[in-house]
Amino acid sequence: MKFLRGYLDKIKPKFEKGGKFEKLHSTFEAFESFMFVPDTVTTKGTHIRDANDMKRTMTVVVLALIPSLLFGMWNVGHQHFVATGQVGTFWELFFMGFLRVFPIVVVSYVVGLGIEFAFAQYRGHEVNEGFLVTGMLIPLVLPVDIPLWMVALATAFAVIIGKEVFGGTGMNILNPALTARAFLFFAYPSYMSGNAVWTHGMMKGDVIVDSYTGATPLADAAAGQIDKLPSVADMFFGFIPGSIGETSTLAILIGAAILLITGIGSARIIFSTFIGGLVMGLLLNAFAVNPYMSVPAYQHLLLGGFAFGAVFMATDPVSAAQTARGKIIYGFLIGFLAILIRVLNPAYPEGMMLAILLMNVFAPLIDHYVIEANISKRLKRAKVKA
Amino acid sequence: MSSEKEPLFSSKNIKLLTEPLGNSNPITVQVLGICSALAVTVKMKPAFVMALSVMVVLAVSNVVISFLRSSIPPRIRIIVQLVVVAAMVILVDQILKAFVYDISKQLSVFVGLIITNCIIMGRLEAFAMGNKPWVSFLDGIGNSAGYGIILIIVAFFRELLGSGTVWGYQVVPEGFYKFGYQNNGLMILPPMALIVVGIIIWVQRARNKKLIESK
Repeated sequence: MKFLRGYLDKIKPKFEKGGKFEKLHSTFEAFESFMFVPDTVTTKGTHIRDANDMKRTMTVVVLALIPSLLFGMWNVGHQHFVATGQVGTFWELFFMGFLRVFPIVVVSYVVGLGIEFAFAQYRGHEVNEGFLVTGMLIPLVLPVDIPLWMVALATAFAVIIGKEVFGGTGMNILNPALTARAFLFFAYPSYMSGNAVWTHGMMKGDVIVDSYTGATPLADAAAGQIDKLPSVADMFFGFIPGSIGETSTLAILIGAAILLITGIGSARIIFSTFIGGLVMGLLLNAFAVNPYMSVPAYQHLLLGGFAFGAVFMATDPVSAAQTARGKIIYGFLIGFLAILIRVLNPAYPEGMMLAILLMNVFAPLIDHYVIEANISKRLKRAKVKA
Repeated sequence: MSSEKEPLFSSKNIKLLTEPLGNSNPITVQVLGICSALAVTVKMKPAFVMALSVMVVLAVSNVVISFLRSSIPPRIRIIVQLVVVAAMVILVDQILKAFVYDISKQLSVFVGLIITNCIIMGRLEAFAMGNKPWVSFLDGIGNSAGYGIILIIVAFFRELLGSGTVWGYQVVPEGFYKFGYQNNGLMILPPMALIVVGIIIWVQRARNKKLIESK
């Protein structure tokens, strides 16, 4: 470590103003603050700086995503072995998933960070750590057999159109990871939906045992075959086909615990999203005119990307509502709309992505009215003499 | 009047033709006529026909209104303009139906909706009501060309990436598809047209900083 510090200090002047590599300043800055805690201090007035800077925040979120990632890798192998009728050890399963998932993670990070560095360099900004989380989220919401060039394209689209055109990290309206997923969903539907995409090898035509369809529980339910739904335990632990990181509610809950204990994820958003989903589920149960509508409300929370979206996507501090009451409204509507789209719109088997993106757009409006309401409430209380 | 001596293509008149192509483009700078730019740019052929139709309608109605400009009562000028534009649009629509029926079907209501295209009313109000017929004609041609060029650029990218064709001909080689290349389905949807227009605006403003609005 000391050696590295010394080396960085030695080459630092070259990147300062007037130095040989002045143009690469933000790249150097990014690497330095990635390796070490930056020593910037506020020079004017008295300030307290929280040690919980953006780097640490982002690192915690990435840590919270690790359980989902590891389980996702194992589940990729698990689904493939079930589909082909093979039996394997834990490590065989995990390794097979690792070989499939790891390249997606690498592509997502390389492309995304490459673009971020290029923009920071060009505009003379600092490189922000925001992409560390996005780069991990993107692979987790994709099906496993997605071609790598599509991952690269979607990441580029998300970073450039979803984020950089608005001014970079902290300025984006939409969640970048979901922008990437929405791009792929509409651009290449044959790789993003249907029954064959969720299990590794099915699209290539590996030998599949007769009873295996590869359909996600949501696809089964949308087709009205709710007797085919897996057991609640399978849903909870995640032994079901689906996007890489979203199947295991347990792994997501571990991540949620990390986010809540460290105070990084907003508890208001997470809980109100779950409540919103539950309310919609109960409403549908009350009317239950078709088999899908009679799926117990709590099972909706375990299926598909609901939990993943609620914990990791809806809580994105940039695109979510900012006010305390706004967060509750925002989360509630996400959960409410996600289940509504999921059950009542046959074109979209999963509504979480669309619900979150929609509410991302409405978040500033929600904040505006929460603040307005607060102002008028306080004005009423105040007695102004004319 | 000095304008009698002025040559037909004086530098001022040339400017009427060229300005709308770049720095005062109706779509990317004035942000008019966006609707049809989103709707008819899936393929290049319909986009081209649409651009041509708008050009005919705008040039002719500009000239007609310019001839009538001193006799139109100001209080009902919009109605008079609309009558002229509507007559032209119906003519164009019938001609398209007679000679290029397929494309006319693809354009569907959007030919009829040329009547409501903001560019046309805008030019009639802003230019033809106060200028002589010849310059109004040039202004009409220039503005509709500026509209058309954006339409065709957007349609080029949407058709190339969305369908793998240009002007109906396959340009993405078969081999690409064997390697797993896929046409981008999002390109065919209207939202992507908006994004492509946005990117054109971005590029244009990056090249010409004067276009960036001051805050």
